[in-house]
Amino acid sequence: MPDLKTLAERAELEPRFTGGHSLCRGCGAPTVVRTVLNSIATPVVVVNATGCLEVATTRYPTTAWGVPWLHLAFENAAAAASGLETAYRALKKRGAIPDEPITFVVFGGDGGTYDIGLQALSGALERGHHFLYVCYDNEAYMNTGIQRSGATPFAASTTTSPSGRGDYGKHQERKDITAIAIAHHVPYVAQAAISHWQDLSDKAARAARQNGPAFLNVLSGCALGWGHAPADTIEIVRLAVETRYWPLYEVVDGHYWLNYQPQNPLPIEEWLSRQDRFKHLFQVENHPHLGELQALVNSEWEQLEARIQADTPWFEAHPELAGARV
Amino acid sequence: MLKSASLVLLTGAEAAAEAVRQINPDVFPVYPITPQTPIIQNFAQFVADGAASTEIINVESEHSAMSAAVAAALAGARTMTATSSQGLALMVEIVYLAASLRAPVVMAVGNRALSGPINIHADHSDAMLARDTGWVQLFAENAQEAYDLMLLAPRLGEYPEVRLPVMVGMDGFTITHSAEPVSLLDDAEVRGWVGEYQLPYSLLDTQNPITVGPFAMPDSYFELRYAIEQALERVPAALDDLTQQYARLSGRAYQLVEGYGLEDADRAIVAIGSTAGTTKDVVDALRQRGEKVGLLELRLFRPFPAKALREALAKVSKVAVLDRAMSLGASPPLFAEVSAALYGSPVQLQSYVYGLGGREIYTQDLEQVFAELQEPLGPSRFIGLKTQEVDHARSENPS
Ligand SMILES: Cc1ncc(C[n+]2csc(CCOP(=O)(O)OP(=O)(O)O)c2C)c(N)n1
Repeated sequence: MPDLKTLAERAELEPRFTGGHSLCRGCGAPTVVRTVLNSIATPVVVVNATGCLEVATTRYPTTAWGVPWLHLAFENAAAAASGLETAYRALKKRGAIPDEPITFVVFGGDGGTYDIGLQALSGALERGHHFLYVCYDNEAYMNTGIQRSGATPFAASTTTSPSGRGDYGKHQERKDITAIAIAHHVPYVAQAAISHWQDLSDKAARAARQNGPAFLNVLSGCALGWGHAPADTIEIVRLAVETRYWPLYEVVDGHYWLNYQPQNPLPIEEWLSRQDRFKHLFQVENHPHLGELQALVNSEWEQLEARIQADTPWFEAHPELAGARV
Repeated sequence: MLKSASLVLLTGAEAAAEAVRQINPDVFPVYPITPQTPIIQNFAQFVADGAASTEIINVESEHSAMSAAVAAALAGARTMTATSSQGLALMVEIVYLAASLRAPVVMAVGNRALSGPINIHADHSDAMLARDTGWVQLFAENAQEAYDLMLLAPRLGEYPEVRLPVMVGMDGFTITHSAEPVSLLDDAEVRGWVGEYQLPYSLLDTQNPITVGPFAMPDSYFELRYAIEQALERVPAALDDLTQQYARLSGRAYQLVEGYGLEDADRAIVAIGSTAGTTKDVVDALRQRGEKVGLLELRLFRPFPAKALREALAKVSKVAVLDRAMSLGASPPLFAEVSAALYGSPVQLQSYVYGLGGREIYTQDLEQVFAELQEPLGPSRFIGLKTQEVDHARSENPS
């Protein structure tokens, strides 16, 4: 597994993603991209869905990418990756390119993954293309100005699910995209967060080694959209993990394994109170929604724990397949 | 010199699949839609039988078919696909990108009406939907041409001065599902004809990374769009070269703008697709009776061959333009192009819309068009439109 030194060396030696782009201060996306790309040992080819990352890193004629990079549209990154990966196999088959490994990595925001790109993602996972799909999940359509997505948490205020005198923000629970990916019977699916870089790095390295599709859902951050100081992004994402809102786990051939057990789980308020998008929940009339959100977190955690317990014997039989505990 | 040419009975779709098998592209994304489906079915069978080594991608939609196709083409793989109607409508967002990213994808289009109402039969609304995308658009007249144009298309798309995607239109059912004797080239001749797919860059070249599909602001977007226009302007010269080469190989000399009986014609029809074939029969019959009529068939619709059309129609006094599509609320697409091309010329034009959703067009209809050209011209006419029945249906279902 790559350690911090290896990651730093790789970043220096052959910068796969460089600075000078126009992503905001406190944006989590570059942390996702750097950690993932520097953790992969083979050459990589990147596909990017439309969104903040794409817009802010490739203003013509400049680019922040030191690796081959393709962007077509918002909803089709997984389909474009299917085309690249198939071309790679076809050209290798007839000896037109060297027989060297390439890892195909997709970066899509939550809008491009949970919502508009879900069909293309599902198709590519089902077909079994050998690629790694990374969702950098900042929990809303940020590029177009913080609109609600299927990833936006219950009761968060966004510009299209605003809190107001008569409303408390988003009414629906967020979609469990990780479970949707797992339902495609792919070899490796995991949840990670930018606050736990070693875990993210291990997962990226592991995902890239699979002989089939892999999916990583990474909790990123957005200072502007979540409403906090840019310097606090990592700390706030860490609180999402410590409150059990965002469990760090992986699913290997359908078997669940927990990578991080918060020792003293914090109440959800600890995460919410740091972000303006949840500010309204601390008004008296919205207190019931705080309780609802905590109940959702608890029940999701319990379900996950039950799965993990059920799979413990499987991992005892296959200890080499269990990921690291961080 | 015409070498060993064999004649076989094939539908247009089978002939197109035969062309794809012989080209043996690297990648072929497939998604079913009538009337294009027999192309992908026949081709999938060829691959299953080991007659082609192409990687087929069974995508989950046409949007993904075009996305995968553009990506594969830019990765250095010769890439072809096929669609019709709703499929083309669904993928059109990425159809634009294929041209703008200069991905020389070839796509067979079994031309079919667009919904609504849903209809599976021939017209050109699907192709016309894509007329501003930057693709080269070719139209076949019959199964033989479906085969030949499918062989021309990759050479044209990959022509170094062009590098654009190419769409080969063939009328749904009339061409895709009707069997005709088709003359095929040898596999080896086709391999030699298409040669190696070559792009000056590849997304799989990790030693020389490129950024494809960046974000362009007002300071650069305009020039990047204009570059596509310039590439399209180089298509006629490329086609001259390729059709001459192809004539030497196959014995079939194609004119992308073909005049038929135009030398001394005073009246002419301009048409695209299978109806141009029917019109040739009508021209023959009327000429036997001493009428000076002719046809201008367009096999190339994009880039629109305005200059060639002006020259071909220079001596004709009255021209009927036959559109198998409408541009609701404006002039039909082909008529609008012909009008613009002939602006300032003394040629008089009459617009006809026909055959929407597969409505049959008969030789008598075309004879009537020629007859009407002798009378004063007027607004768009609609061949075979059952206005009374429409009125009747309206009065029965007041809404
Ligand atoms: C088909 C289509 N619909 C809408 C848009 C407008 N659009 C561009 S980026 C974006 C939001 C992207 O959100 P997300 O995927 O969450 O990524 P983020 O911007 O947060 O990084 C939207 C709605 C588009 N480009 N294409």
